[in-house]
Amino acid sequence: MIPVAFEYVRPTTVADAVSALRSAGEDGKVLAGGQSLLPVLRLRLAAPSTVVDLGGISALRGIRLDGDWLVVGATATHAEVASSPLVATESPLLAAVARTVGDRQVRHRGTLGGSLAHADPAGDLPAAAVALDATVVVAGPSGQRAIPAREFFTDIFTTALAQDEIVAEVRFPRTPGWTARYEKFHRTAQAWAVLGVAAAVRRQNGSIAEARVALTNAGPTPVRASGVEAALAGATDLATVRAAAAHATDGTTPPSDASGSAEYRRHLAVVLTGRAVAAAAGL
Amino acid sequence: MARVSVTVDGVRYVDDVPPRTLLVQYLREQLGKVGTVVGCDTGNCGACTVLFAAPDGAAQAVKSCSLLAVQADGGEVTTVEGLAGSDGTLHPVQQAFHEQHALQCGFCTPGMIMAAVDLLQENPNPTEAEIRDGMSGNLCRCTGYQNIVRAVQAASQASGTGSAVPPQAGPADTPSTAGVA
Amino acid sequence: MTATLAGPEVGRRRLRKEDQRLVTGQTRWTDNLTLPGMLHLAILRSPYAHAKITRIDVSAARQAPNVVAAFSGAELDNQGVLACAWPVTEDTVLPTYLPMAVDEVRHVGEPVAVVVARDKGSAVDALDAIDIEYEPLPVVLDLEAALAPGSPLVHDSAGTNKAYHWVFDSADAGTGASVASAEAEVTVARRYVQQRLIPAFMEPRSVVVDPTGGEWTMYSATQIPHITRFLLAATTGTPEHKIRVVAPDVGGGFGGKLQITPEEWITFAVSTKVGRPVKYTETRSESLVSGHHGRAMIQDITLTAKRDGTVTGLHVKLTANMGAYMGIITPGTPLLGAFMYNAIYKFPAYRFECTGVFTNTTKTDAYRGAGRPEATYAIERIMDELAAELGLDPLEVRRRNWIRHEEFPCTTVAGLVYDSGNYEAATEKATGLLGYEALRSEQAARRASGDPVQLGIGISTYTEMCGLAPSRTLGALRYGAGGWESVTVRVLPTGKVEVVSGSTPHGQGHDTAWSQIVADQLGVPFDDVIVLHGDTRIAVKGMDTYGSRSLAIGGIAMVQAAEKVREKAKKVAAHLLEVSPNDLEWSEGAFRVKGNRDQAKTIAEVAIAVFAAHDLPEGVEPSLDSEATFDPSTFSFPHGTHLCAAEVDTETGRVTIRKYVAVDDIGKVINPLIVEGQVHGGVVQGMAQALFEDAIYDESGNLVTGSFADYLLPSAADLPEIVCDRTETPATTHPLGVKGVGEAGTIASTPAVVNAVVDALRPRGVHDIPMPLTPERVWQAASRQEGAA
Repeated sequence: MIPVAFEYVRPTTVADAVSALRSAGEDGKVLAGGQSLLPVLRLRLAAPSTVVDLGGISALRGIRLDGDWLVVGATATHAEVASSPLVATESPLLAAVARTVGDRQVRHRGTLGGSLAHADPAGDLPAAAVALDATVVVAGPSGQRAIPAREFFTDIFTTALAQDEIVAEVRFPRTPGWTARYEKFHRTAQAWAVLGVAAAVRRQNGSIAEARVALTNAGPTPVRASGVEAALAGATDLATVRAAAAHATDGTTPPSDASGSAEYRRHLAVVLTGRAVAAAAGL
Repeated sequence: MARVSVTVDGVRYVDDVPPRTLLVQYLREQLGKVGTVVGCDTGNCGACTVLFAAPDGAAQAVKSCSLLAVQADGGEVTTVEGLAGSDGTLHPVQQAFHEQHALQCGFCTPGMIMAAVDLLQENPNPTEAEIRDGMSGNLCRCTGYQNIVRAVQAASQASGTGSAVPPQAGPADTPSTAGVA
Repeated sequence: MTATLAGPEVGRRRLRKEDQRLVTGQTRWTDNLTLPGMLHLAILRSPYAHAKITRIDVSAARQAPNVVAAFSGAELDNQGVLACAWPVTEDTVLPTYLPMAVDEVRHVGEPVAVVVARDKGSAVDALDAIDIEYEPLPVVLDLEAALAPGSPLVHDSAGTNKAYHWVFDSADAGTGASVASAEAEVTVARRYVQQRLIPAFMEPRSVVVDPTGGEWTMYSATQIPHITRFLLAATTGTPEHKIRVVAPDVGGGFGGKLQITPEEWITFAVSTKVGRPVKYTETRSESLVSGHHGRAMIQDITLTAKRDGTVTGLHVKLTANMGAYMGIITPGTPLLGAFMYNAIYKFPAYRFECTGVFTNTTKTDAYRGAGRPEATYAIERIMDELAAELGLDPLEVRRRNWIRHEEFPCTTVAGLVYDSGNYEAATEKATGLLGYEALRSEQAARRASGDPVQLGIGISTYTEMCGLAPSRTLGALRYGAGGWESVTVRVLPTGKVEVVSGSTPHGQGHDTAWSQIVADQLGVPFDDVIVLHGDTRIAVKGMDTYGSRSLAIGGIAMVQAAEKVREKAKKVAAHLLEVSPNDLEWSEGAFRVKGNRDQAKTIAEVAIAVFAAHDLPEGVEPSLDSEATFDPSTFSFPHGTHLCAAEVDTETGRVTIRKYVAVDDIGKVINPLIVEGQVHGGVVQGMAQALFEDAIYDESGNLVTGSFADYLLPSAADLPEIVCDRTETPATTHPLGVKGVGEAGTIASTPAVVNAVVDALRPRGVHDIPMPLTPERVWQAASRQEGAA
């Protein structure tokens, strides 16, 4: 119930946050929305000596357009992302996924940057970032660097972030006119995804011109379903979509745990990919 | 210790708290606002839900067990104790919970009511499905949720925008098929 | 009994008087309490399922900041023991159950040391300073492995993991024939597993003990303040008259707070040691691992029948998981179902056997329904299997076997006398509300078209026994206490009424329902009645709340107490009206002179006269209150028909309940609003067993589902609306005609849901799916057995 005591720092600039993390060393922890961190602290599964709260840094907030990019600040909340007209237009898949995270209260506090940095294999937003070829911009002692989402997630709960780096913003290629669907399969509304499929398609003249598909909880990191995407090109009917969905298991190494076996997850990957793409494409 | 200044149910408090203090602990143990309760340690049950407005933001439902008191500094909190009018008139959601028998033991009720207030603030006329989905961050073990859903419908109607509460249980009875059937 | 029954209050949809406080946060949960000088207790718990404690030293914890005291199990030498009240056989193994372990731990989460400090945070922090070493011992978790020769023993001293073997045989009892001789044209044998469940009341348990002045007040989130007081006295040697137990607002129980707990006993002992008030409030994680669990048994069922569907015999063999220790009614809980497996059916031969088994897990005990949901599940599942075996509609098989309404009262093969019931009426109403025939047609169409979403209809025609229990019966079953209940009705000088209830609520709405009953009995306004409970200094006598007993038993005590008050008041009224008591009649809430209705006295008018006492009839005491303690002679038997239409997505295994109909016959209804609420909540708890909940241990004995992130309780988004209706066949054994409703929904709904899913997949050769019906299990059933016989 009660976390282990810690020092609390609430910087107002990215530079101060980075230097606070740097001086905290290995025992430092970043607090963004806190919706994953607070339960972990309360259960005493982690005992950081210093907690660096990003909540006071206005530079990390907001959602804007920058050329071909939709830029979402690291501390934009799921609710902000889900309800943003800009996101709805420019990245319908991101909006669709953000709407499914946690519950209303969690979405009011939880942040995009926090979700990506937490890198829970069952988290929903990492799959959206990977599907959409997002770029994660991180800030560290030597300034900013950009990491492609596919390289950002390195293992279960592990990212390419150095200890003294924070996520500054996430840049999504603008995909106006695309249609999207996130098929989240969970046992109860509160439960983590057993498996999820994030799919976005661009249709042209009644066929699928381009598709982006990535899977949640089909491995230690989000799995981009490139085989599915390739097989979807030009698809005009359900049969082709289903056939393409058979490639959804490519490259997956799903876990076996209390919510499902690896075999079942592979099966779900195919079924849900078919459904997600069909729904996204309006088939 | 960290200095916090928080307005709770219209009263401004200034305190020094250990940084590890959860907002709900601060409310209950330091301010005596025991109307807000703790039901779990993983952010699932929602019993501790309050409305929180950051200094630069609008009031939104949050789980006060998943927020540090220091994070609430400068903000404004509304708990179930601060909803009724100064003359004791119940908030329409409180009144609806009473009239629809939406509580039994009452332990989840503060969180349910605050979540419902928040939901109706955003969507004054929710469908049954929207209510069930919108209240999914709150667990109840007594009511089976049926009368909670009806209470939110009734409160929606009482606010003048919602649809009528169905007279007696009449579930959706529409066949469905798989998404790609 | 000649109660006034058809008053204006009873039967009304009265909004609850409890609500005003609860919706505004003006609550009295135990954890809200802060007493002067109060300290906070934290408990160190065993991470091992079975181990010797080879070393324990709490001295460093005593030196930690803000710590007032710390104790190991051995150091807390006044901790007493936890008693089991129900040794079901003469030779039931009852191992010593210490609140805090001394040498050996037998399940994960067992308390091993405590710290008490100025604040909660300091107490929890100091647990880290306790020096403790364990020597792990072999762990046994599986029920059948525990009974096998050479199994590791949970309790060495017992020499076995078998706690008891209990048998009921209708041939021995003289209530029927032997199952061995039953005609068996068809035999259906099945094994069902009742998975382990966690009651998961929303309010975590909390206890505050104030030892000030050589008297002890314990505030506890408990269902059973009176039993707790008695057992505290009996097991710690503290004089009973110096113990007061208070159950303030209690946030749900479902049997989970029908317990005397290690945490209560430890807090009691520690507060005595330190001489200051001490509070302990569990976290949810502690609650899930330490509060008792429910169900957890294997059911081997053999049903015999004739080819026309007539059941001829039933043999039930249970293997029931006790966990590591015996809680207050751990051994008896499975036996509460012993008399219910025959359910609503007539057949001539019945044998029930139950073997209790110790394992290195959290103890089991009562959880909503306690024994009866398990029984109902097994019989209602196997009746469907019999129907499938015979190619009959499952409703038809039930019709051919159930007790017809004209056959009541009816003595069952288990020896109970069912006083009343009308299974035909409830079933007819339920099938109409569901649209049974139309859904059967749709089911056939979906089967024919090979729709990936299949439809199933599940039936549960249940009965249960409420009103636990006649003291004689309890004695015969070797339970340690009686089953009476006590109520005091007290009319105050201004005509307001105090009802002191021995049974104490935790969400049931006693304040409202009791007020309705007493308002009618005494002709006073609903709002003029207050119901007091939950404090052994106020409600001095009581047997507390469980087993759907409050109204079924306490309700009779209440009517009797009110009648006594009225009898006394009548004498005074007659005196005041200067007529003979025989000239008075009780009518429209007043004593009226026969033939001259306007000459009347209300209870309030009598009350003020009694208070003044200036002019009372000879021999009448100047008080207008009365107590009644009622011990039932029998149970009550609610029943009903629940129907579930479920859609099964065969591609993912997802089950969606499309429509659920609950038609219950609980006799007379005091408040339909409260009854519906009980049904909704009960049905959903039963659905949750069918679909979601499962307390899982890993092979080392760690509770994998140790938080609400893993132990899946459904939210509003996971459930359908429930269609509720009733038939009303009044109980003939109760002056109000009521039967009880607290557990009915839970008892009925689990088999209805599972029957529906199995029914949907039966053409694929599916005859069972283990609970909970996870999507993966349903998908496996739907896909692997496709095309099988």
